Amino acid sequence: MILYNLNHLRILESEAIYVIRETAAQFERPALLFSGGKDSIVMVHLARKAFFPARIPFPLVHIDTGHNFPETITFRDKLVSEIGATLLVGSVQDSIDKGRAVEEKGINASRNMLQTITLLDTIEENKFDACLGGARRDEEKARAKERFFSHRDEFGQWDPKNQRPELWNLMNGKKNIGEHFRVFPLSNWTEMDVWQYIAMEGLELPTIYFAHDRDCVQRDGQILSASDYLSLRPEEKIERMHVRYRTVGDMTCTGAVLSPASTLSDIIHEIAASRTTERGTRTDDKRSETAMEDRKKQGYF
Amino acid sequence: MDIRDLDNYHNMELLRFTTAGSVDDGKSTLIGRLLYDSKSIFEDQLEAVERTSKLKGFEHVDLALLTDGLKAEREQGITIDVAYRYFATPKRKFIIADTPGHIQYTRNMVTGASTANLALILVDARKGILEQTNRHSFIASLLQIPHIIVCINKMDLVDYSQEVFDRTVSEYKKLSSRLDVKDVHFIPISALKGDNVVDKSENMPWYQGSTLMYLLENIHISSDENHIDCRFPVQYVIRPQATEFHDFRGYAGRIASGVFKPGDMVKILPSGFTSRIKSILPLHALNITDTIDEAFSPMSVTMTLDTDVDISRGDMIVRENNNPTVSQDIDMMICWMSEKPMMANGKYAVKHTSKDARCIIKEIRYKVDINSLHRLENDKNIGMNDIARIQIRTTLPLFFDSYRKNRITGSIILIDEATNETVGAGMII
Repeated sequence: MILYNLNHLRILESEAIYVIRETAAQFERPALLFSGGKDSIVMVHLARKAFFPARIPFPLVHIDTGHNFPETITFRDKLVSEIGATLLVGSVQDSIDKGRAVEEKGINASRNMLQTITLLDTIEENKFDACLGGARRDEEKARAKERFFSHRDEFGQWDPKNQRPELWNLMNGKKNIGEHFRVFPLSNWTEMDVWQYIAMEGLELPTIYFAHDRDCVQRDGQILSASDYLSLRPEEKIERMHVRYRTVGDMTCTGAVLSPASTLSDIIHEIAASRTTERGTRTDDKRSETAMEDRKKQGYF
Repeated sequence: MDIRDLDNYHNMELLRFTTAGSVDDGKSTLIGRLLYDSKSIFEDQLEAVERTSKLKGFEHVDLALLTDGLKAEREQGITIDVAYRYFATPKRKFIIADTPGHIQYTRNMVTGASTANLALILVDARKGILEQTNRHSFIASLLQIPHIIVCINKMDLVDYSQEVFDRTVSEYKKLSSRLDVKDVHFIPISALKGDNVVDKSENMPWYQGSTLMYLLENIHISSDENHIDCRFPVQYVIRPQATEFHDFRGYAGRIASGVFKPGDMVKILPSGFTSRIKSILPLHALNITDTIDEAFSPMSVTMTLDTDVDISRGDMIVRENNNPTVSQDIDMMICWMSEKPMMANGKYAVKHTSKDARCIIKEIRYKVDINSLHRLENDKNIGMNDIARIQIRTTLPLFFDSYRKNRITGSIILIDEATNETVGAGMII
C-alpha cells in the first residue's frame, strides 16, 4: 500500500491557505495586516501561494506607529513592489494629529496602545470586513482560545464569551452590518514552526532578526534599542551590544536578545534551546497579567 | 534525533488530540506534565504561574493556571472554552484541544473532538468509570475520533494495584462495546508522580505496555485520512487578470478525501459534466510549470481542467465512478450549541464543505441521554448541549457522504439567520 503522508509543515501550510482562501471567498473587503514581522511575512507568502498565478486579491495594511525600525520599512517597501501588492498605511501620528489619540507620557511611553485606535479607524475608513493577521495561539494565553475566524462587534471589540464554535473546517463568516472579523490562518503554528517554514521556503527577512551590533539601553531586564523615540533615565547608559530581535514591533517596546545567531539555522538552534517565550521580549504584555486579553477586548490585533 | 535538525523536523507528523476532563481528575496536571517534559513550557510562563499561585496562597505551583487562560475562567476557577496547546517531540508535533468535561460544556467537547485524530480520556483509578467517562467516550464515538487512549490516573493513590487497573479496563470495555470506537488503548498512570507518562513506571512492573508519550508518538495515524473516495470541494476560482495568464482558470480548494492525478476523468457536481484534470498546481512553488503528479487530502491545491466548464465555489469535483450522495433530505446526528433551543420546523442557514444553503428542520426523531446513552424518543426539546437525531431538508441539493465514511463531506453546521451564530453541529448518517 502506498502511504500518502504530509509532514506537519505542509499540513499547517495547507490549513493556512485554506483559511486565507475562505476569507477571500466569504468576505467582500478583506485586507492583510502587515507589520513587517516574520509572521506577517509568512502570511504574505501564503497569500501569494493561495491565489497563484493571480495576484493577492486584497491590500496589505500597515499600522505605522512612526516608531518603526527603519530596516522593517525598507523591507516592507521592497516586498510590496516585488509582488505587485497594494499597500495602505494607517498612521498613528495622523491619529494623534487629528486628536483621535493622545500620546502616552512618562519614561515607558509607547504607541503600542494607540495602534488600536488607528487600526479601528483604518478598518472603518476602508470598510474592511475581514482583517487577516499572523497571530498564533502559542504566543499568549488569551490567544490560546482564539478562533481562525474571530468575530468583532460594531465597536471592533472581541468578546471571549461570544465567540462562535469552530467545527471541522467549516468557517462561519456571516455577520451583521458594522461587524467584522479578524482572521488568523497561523493559529496552529508555533514560533518554531514559523522559523522552520521560513527556512524550508527560503524566505527573506528584515536584517534585525539576525545578530548585529546596536546601541542599546538595559531597562527592567529588557534590552531596548537606543533611538530618538526612547527617553533615558538619568542612570541609564547607551551600550554597544551584539543582539538580534525575536519579534518585531514598535521600537519603544520590543526588546532585543543578546545573540550570536546570524543565520536561520543558528536561530532555529537558539530557539530550540531557549527557555523564554518570544513575547517575553515584549514589555507591552507585562503591564498586567491580562494585558493581552484587555487589549484584545478593545480591538487590538 | 534532534528537534533542531531541519531534516528531521521536516519529517515530523502532526497529531491532533483532544482531552476532556473535570477539574479534579488530574487533566491539567497531565497536560502540564506533557508540556513540561517536552520542554514546551518556558521560564516566563512558569514564573507567571508561580507568581499567581503564590498570590493566591497555594502551597504548590498550580499547573492548571497554565491552561486556564481567560480572566473569567481564572476568577471562577473553571475552563469554559476550548483551549489549544502545542508541543513537539522529535517525532511529532502535537495539537491539544483542551476542553472542560462537565455536561454543560458538551458543545465544547464536540468542537474540540471535531478535528482530533485521538481522544485522551482520563479515569480516576479510585472512582472507576463515571458518568462523565460515558459522556466523553460517547462524544469520541459520535465524532468518529479514530483512536482512544484511556488513562487510568492516580494509580499512586490505589497502591499501583493491577487489580484496580484490570477491573477498570473491563468496566470500560463493557461501555465501549455499546459504542462505535475502533482503536482503544489503556495505560495506568500517575500524572502527578509521572508514572508511565514519559518514563516507564518502576511502580507497576506488571504493566508491559507503552507509556503515554510513546503511544502518542507512535500510534499509527497515516491511514486515518480517506484516500479512496475522491472529493474536491471548489473553494475559490482563480482567474488572473493578466495577459500572461489570459486563459488560466484554476479551481482552488483543499482535497477532502481521495487521490487526484492529472489525466483523471472527473465529474463536476451539480452540473454532472465530465472533464479531465489537466494539471495540479501544488503549493510549494510559485511557478506555473511546477505541477505535481498526484494530490491527496488534506492538501490545498489548484486544479486546471481540459475543457472549459462552468464551475464555481460550492461545486464539487469527484471521480466519474465514485460519487457522493446528492440529496436535499438529510438525516443526521446533531449537537445543539445555542442557548436558544432548536425550533421544530425552524429555518436555518447551513454550511457544508464550501457550499452555503438554507434548511428547515423536518423532524426531530429522538434525543440521546449522553450519560446513560439511552434514546429519549418522546423528548423533542433540543436545547444547548443536547444531542439528537434529526432530519432536515435543504434549499439546494448537497453532495455528501456519511460522516462515518468521510468526516469532511459528512459534516455540516447550522447557523441562526438572525444572529449569524453557529447553533448546530451535524454529522450526516
